[in-house]
Amino acid sequence: MTMPFYVAPEQVMKDRAEYAQKGIARGRSLVATVYDEGILMVAENPSRSLHKVSEIYDRIAFAGVGKYNEYDQLRVAGVRHADTKGFAYSREDVDARSLANLYAQFLGNVFTHEMKPLEVEILVAELGAEGRPDQLYHIAYEGTITDEDRFAVLGGDAETITERVAEGWRRDWDLTGALGAAAQALAGPERTLGEGDLEVAILSRANGRRSFRRITDDELAGLLGHGGRGSAGRARSGARASTAGPKTAEGAGGQADDEAAEGDGGAKGSKGTSRPDGA
Amino acid sequence: MFPPSEDPGPDFVSLLRRTGSTVVTPGTDSPLPVRHATTVVALRFAEGIVMAGDRRATEGHVIAHRAMEKVFPADRYSAVAIAGAAGFAVEMVRLFQVQLEHYEKVEGLTLSLEGKANQLAQMVRSHLPLAMQGLAVVPLFAGYDVGRGVGRIFTYDVTGGHYEEADFQATGSGGRDARTTIKLGFRDGLSRDEAVELAIQALYEAADEDAGTGGPDLVRGIYPLVAVVTDEGYLQAPESEVAERFATLIERKRADQLGRGARGGEPA
Repeated sequence: MTMPFYVAPEQVMKDRAEYAQKGIARGRSLVATVYDEGILMVAENPSRSLHKVSEIYDRIAFAGVGKYNEYDQLRVAGVRHADTKGFAYSREDVDARSLANLYAQFLGNVFTHEMKPLEVEILVAELGAEGRPDQLYHIAYEGTITDEDRFAVLGGDAETITERVAEGWRRDWDLTGALGAAAQALAGPERTLGEGDLEVAILSRANGRRSFRRITDDELAGLLGHGGRGSAGRARSGARASTAGPKTAEGAGGQADDEAAEGDGGAKGSKGTSRPDGA
Repeated sequence: MFPPSEDPGPDFVSLLRRTGSTVVTPGTDSPLPVRHATTVVALRFAEGIVMAGDRRATEGHVIAHRAMEKVFPADRYSAVAIAGAAGFAVEMVRLFQVQLEHYEKVEGLTLSLEGKANQLAQMVRSHLPLAMQGLAVVPLFAGYDVGRGVGRIFTYDVTGGHYEEADFQATGSGGRDARTTIKLGFRDGLSRDEAVELAIQALYEAADEDAGTGGPDLVRGIYPLVAVVTDEGYLQAPESEVAERFATLIERKRADQLGRGARGGEPA
């Protein structure tokens, strides 16, 4: 039996982190922020069907950036966890904290035990019920979890965008104001993003039991228009092609296949960790 | 997370099986007193469907519950009503509701109305062993078909067979009486108010003939549940409206009775 070359653990971790960061940086970013009626999530995403933001449960939403196939797998796992728990106990027993912990454990496990870390960064957002504050759990590719109660930025360009959001952030701003600021922060000073470039969804207290709602097409255009932004933002695709670097790798079918096998290994490994609250 | 070969997809029931939860508890063969739910009706009108159900649950000859709900929203555009062994029926509805929402969230699309009807049929079929022991559950499913822009009604039998009804249907022990009432008053293109009125009349007549069906409980203020499903989604008719319609109906019946009493009540 041949001995593998010795590689320092520090080096291994560093390489993996670098790999994951590179993968995430290739995709586009996402901003989630609290506004007067709930939580707003805005992602730069030209696709109408491959979503970055989705519904998990009555008051919980999921958002992911990075590799589409990887975060979508996490999304489905989240829906399953929440629905099973809500069916076994009660709808009000489903909470974002336990889900966020589950994701953190899974991502942490994959990061340390698997060949390839997941190239994703995810967000679990929960609309506060009965006096509890709205909560945003931001989980990084290696399982680091941070909770925010104001706003969160996911993606490669997070630092710059965070600065831009922080500048104008207000707790009581309305949907139009929050959306305008988020779109502006995502776009940066040189670009304008129109309704064709953005995926927008909200968790709103006005929506009843299932608080998640997508804002699309005309409604989105209207909201962006009222935000006082020029109509240039709505001159779509042409402008986008010039600003995008390498076409996003997210959702690329070819890549997805090679990595499917590794993903499964990770899934099995995490099974043990995914049950603690069920026991 | 599951490896692809074992992935349950958007099916919540098989997810439960894979995670080791029991969906339906194994049947008991002792003849326990079981709550039986009773008359539910559904009928089509111009913009959608109306579904209504009484509130009585019985255990043998005893009234077990006076305010049971037998009409539920299945999802935004459909309603499900139950007749049969109450415990299983309510659990089936709960599972059905979660299944529809689960599918919608995992797939990012809602099932077609026919797809929903088929899903429910599978649940009824898997209940067959218990139905054979006398614990039958027979749901009634109706909804607004968003694709076609019409209301549609599906009935079931205990084996999971499901059949689409053209205009109206009623099940439960008082179902026959309710059906006859609707048959006499039904015509194409009823308005929402006419359809609600007809459903209320049907429930009244069923309660009049069938011991297992509860009428309006004026003392406690418990009235049958009436749901309306249109392109605006599932909406429960306000209790005040139902109460008022029953009051008018009872007033009319009483006036009829008095008139008849004046004519035929004279001793010879």
